[in-house]
Amino acid sequence: MLMNAILLALREIRRNLMRSFLTILGIVIGVAAVITMVTLGNGATKMVSDQISSLGSNLLIMRPGQRLGPGRDEAGAPKFKVADAEAIRNQVGSLQAVAPVVGSSVTLVAGNNNWSSTVTGTTNSYFTTGNWTLGSGRKFSDEDEKVGRSVCVIGNTVRTKLYGQQNPLGASLRIKNFSCEVIGLLASKGQGAMGMDQDDVVVIPLLTAQRRLTGNQDVATLMISMQDGADSTRVMSQIRQLMRERRKLAENDDDNFNLMDTKQIAQTLSGTIGTMTSLLGAVAAVSLLVGGIGIMNIMLVSVTERTREIGIRLAIGALENEVLLQFLIEAVALSALGGLLGILLALVACLGLSALTQMPFIFDPGINLLAFAFSAAIGVLFGYMPARRAASLDPIEALRHE
Amino acid sequence: MSDASKGPLIEFQGITKTYGQGQAAFQALRGVDLCIREGEFLAIMGPSGSGKSTAMNILGCLDTPSSGSFLFQGVHVENLDRNQRALLRRHYLGFVFQGFNLLARTSAQENVELPLLYRGEPPERRHQAAREALALVGLSGWEHHTPAELSGGQQQRVAIARAIVTQPLVLLADEPTGNLDSQRSHEIMELLARLNREQNITVLMVTHEPDMAVYTSRVVHFVDGLVASDNPQEGQAC
Repeated sequence: MLMNAILLALREIRRNLMRSFLTILGIVIGVAAVITMVTLGNGATKMVSDQISSLGSNLLIMRPGQRLGPGRDEAGAPKFKVADAEAIRNQVGSLQAVAPVVGSSVTLVAGNNNWSSTVTGTTNSYFTTGNWTLGSGRKFSDEDEKVGRSVCVIGNTVRTKLYGQQNPLGASLRIKNFSCEVIGLLASKGQGAMGMDQDDVVVIPLLTAQRRLTGNQDVATLMISMQDGADSTRVMSQIRQLMRERRKLAENDDDNFNLMDTKQIAQTLSGTIGTMTSLLGAVAAVSLLVGGIGIMNIMLVSVTERTREIGIRLAIGALENEVLLQFLIEAVALSALGGLLGILLALVACLGLSALTQMPFIFDPGINLLAFAFSAAIGVLFGYMPARRAASLDPIEALRHE
Repeated sequence: MSDASKGPLIEFQGITKTYGQGQAAFQALRGVDLCIREGEFLAIMGPSGSGKSTAMNILGCLDTPSSGSFLFQGVHVENLDRNQRALLRRHYLGFVFQGFNLLARTSAQENVELPLLYRGEPPERRHQAAREALALVGLSGWEHHTPAELSGGQQQRVAIARAIVTQPLVLLADEPTGNLDSQRSHEIMELLARLNREQNITVLMVTHEPDMAVYTSRVVHFVDGLVASDNPQEGQAC
């Protein structure tokens, strides 16, 4: 009886191919939307966490002022000095490197090309904390750092913008009002979190930056990378304690600096993206529901339209349950077919979009299965009422129906 | 079967049918007694409103009488529920309608196979039986045509093939020639007469054309919900 009903239902779908396709379009789009949203969300989460870990593993960032972000009250807080970096390096355990950093937005000129970018003044430790590797050339020598030589290591974007495909090593680069020699080229890292280009950097020795660009002894930021497996909570509290002492803060004073763990940022960001993903998924799920209503609508029309046919079936001896089952299976087959097509569409959409946005494509079997099961369930839910109506028709009335 | 062939196949005893209730009640059948033996070819005639269609619906187990008893091979059909009557139709009855009532966009072959599908016959048997039934009505070679590609007479033949493919005891035809011109009508009547003769199928037919009634062995006239005249053949009265 079940096999028969399936056969009859499939025959019916084949008989009305165009209408069947239009009927399931809502489900196709709904399923595709749900899967695409969730898959892209997963990809975005993966990308963000990848990029944050590419910032440096176990990286802590310390800045003056109480809070990070907009409205940061940095004004009143004293800046760091190089000595702070050295003190932390010497007095706190489980650290890998501490890099004092100053930054400045400048216009770079090389030959006829110019480019606006950010110059970072720092020490060789920066390459460790930032997980940078050199593509070619060398890092700073002790001499470069000690006397503040005009040398620089550039990122791939700066190289492309200013030197094209030429080898930049040994070339001269004018930063604001001074010239420096390019001694190294950083290996490319690609796009960073929130769309910034990580390769758009120029790194010069700290002393050079302080003398030529900022004109003071201040250090804006400390990048601190911990050893693998270090207890970040303990390390952070040690650094905090040390900095409070060095900045002579009283017991009940608030910190006038803040220390952040990039892992926490990653978690926060992933959480945010997760929330967005659920939200978009929920919106897409509504469209799936609308698709289901579309199926019910068409099935109801179909029952009315096929009243005579139902009459014939009943007259030649179809049982009520057989007619019910036929229409129910028709609805389920339609919606399941819609689910399958939706999965295919989502696959295409995800591949296309992930290629477009350079986000990784992560196939999630769970959501595919869930969306498919949900679409089939919608078929049962919205197919039952029309099927019930078809089965309870009076054969005499149905045969008389025009 | 040998027992059933001796006794009456169908027996109406004081069948009434009332539509509506109270003031609006309309009595379509007012106590019909009728007895049909196996192998008969019976025409039911009468003006519209005489109750012949109602009687046909009850004979076809599509409807139930308001009172009286309807025996089919000795079984009280008036006591059966909807599903039991469906099973009775499935196993013993075949229907031919005035409007052919074939499934659109479905080949003749698949239309004829439909009743076998509900009987749960395996595909091979279905195909075989459908081909044989189509051959019997003279439509060999038309298996894969859809109703839209067939003439009215051919469509009615497909409908007859669908009705006889299950080898039913009774074939019920409700004005089978109503939508056909006279030549096709006579062809269909000859076909029905041949099936009645050669396959020993009892044929019950509603018609209002006396021309068609001449093919039958017995004519029952209905007037105002009662049997007005009946001409059972010798030895066939119950």
